[in-house]
Amino acid sequence: MTPSRLVRHAACLLLGALSLQAQAQAQADTNEVANPAELWELRGEDVWNTPAGPKSASLQACDLGLGAGVVKGAFVQLPRYFADTQRVQDLESRLLTCLQNLQGFNAAEIAATPFGKGEQIKMQGLVAYVSGQSRGMTFALPQAHAAERLMYAAGKNIFYFRGGPYDFSCASCHADSGKRIRMQQLPNLTERDGAAFGFGGWPAYRVSNGQMWGMQQRLNDCFRQQRFPYPGYASEATIALGVYLGVTAQGGVSVAPAPKR
Amino acid sequence: MPDKMIIRTKVNGNNAVVSVLMAHEMDTGLAKDAAGKTIPAWFINEWMATLNGRTVMSAQWGQSVSKNPLTRFVLKDVKKGDKIAISWRDNKGETRTDETVVA
Repeated sequence: MTPSRLVRHAACLLLGALSLQAQAQAQADTNEVANPAELWELRGEDVWNTPAGPKSASLQACDLGLGAGVVKGAFVQLPRYFADTQRVQDLESRLLTCLQNLQGFNAAEIAATPFGKGEQIKMQGLVAYVSGQSRGMTFALPQAHAAERLMYAAGKNIFYFRGGPYDFSCASCHADSGKRIRMQQLPNLTERDGAAFGFGGWPAYRVSNGQMWGMQQRLNDCFRQQRFPYPGYASEATIALGVYLGVTAQGGVSVAPAPKR
Repeated sequence: MPDKMIIRTKVNGNNAVVSVLMAHEMDTGLAKDAAGKTIPAWFINEWMATLNGRTVMSAQWGQSVSKNPLTRFVLKDVKKGDKIAISWRDNKGETRTDETVVA
């Protein structure tokens, strides 16, 4: 390498380092708004605190796993086992339980409502609000209960299950590092950082269509893309996948609700 | 009533960087819904920023501005305690004004 090229090379390296530093600073700067998901966090907070439904009650007494009404830190410990319903629930299936028990809505009816319609609109705000209250915290899903370990094993099976007209599995795209579709990086969901990026980024605001999506909508879309049958909102299959991804993301940082493509 | 805006300010010497995130559909009037019917145009067409009640910037917007728009601008001579207010009006006549105090 000639001296002049060496100098240029060093200058490039320096510039690279500077821009990385600037990026890190911009990310750490909370005084800048850059994430439209925050609009849904505000809406969700309203929904959480406003009395609604046949029983005209708010969701403030909803138990998300850390006790009635505790929202902060609840998201990074979901899905988990709930003694009152005797099953493992993710954020959205747990919210359904609260909507039914506290406010008197029919959970099955809401689950059958298409995304972005009726009561499902409320759900978009709620998931943004609850996940936003755990922003920057590390995933720590409990695995002490046998049902939680069973769901992890089931989720792992579903992740690697190949089928459908294209003979696809989640693992076809998400079990190797450095894969992409066109310019879109595909996270490796079988390791911590990839799972934290993939699982810990949802709920998310999708810049491409201006919609707020919860994890349930995202997972159901994964099945659609694999040409699998629709597993259904808050179905056991999607919750099991959530447990598998969440436990894999253990120790990773939650950035939800994130801006996504 | 339209949803609340998120306004944040960051003071840098005498200047302040102001970021505003607005909740608005910003329909262009060109898209069609699932039934094939045109979705009517609905967008913010007047936009204004004031510093302690004095207009410091105003703008006329059109359909090309994105959904849930984010604006960011720099204001000169801003002190702690100053009030920055943003208002907009859309083509249906709906308005929203939100204010923030520079911290």
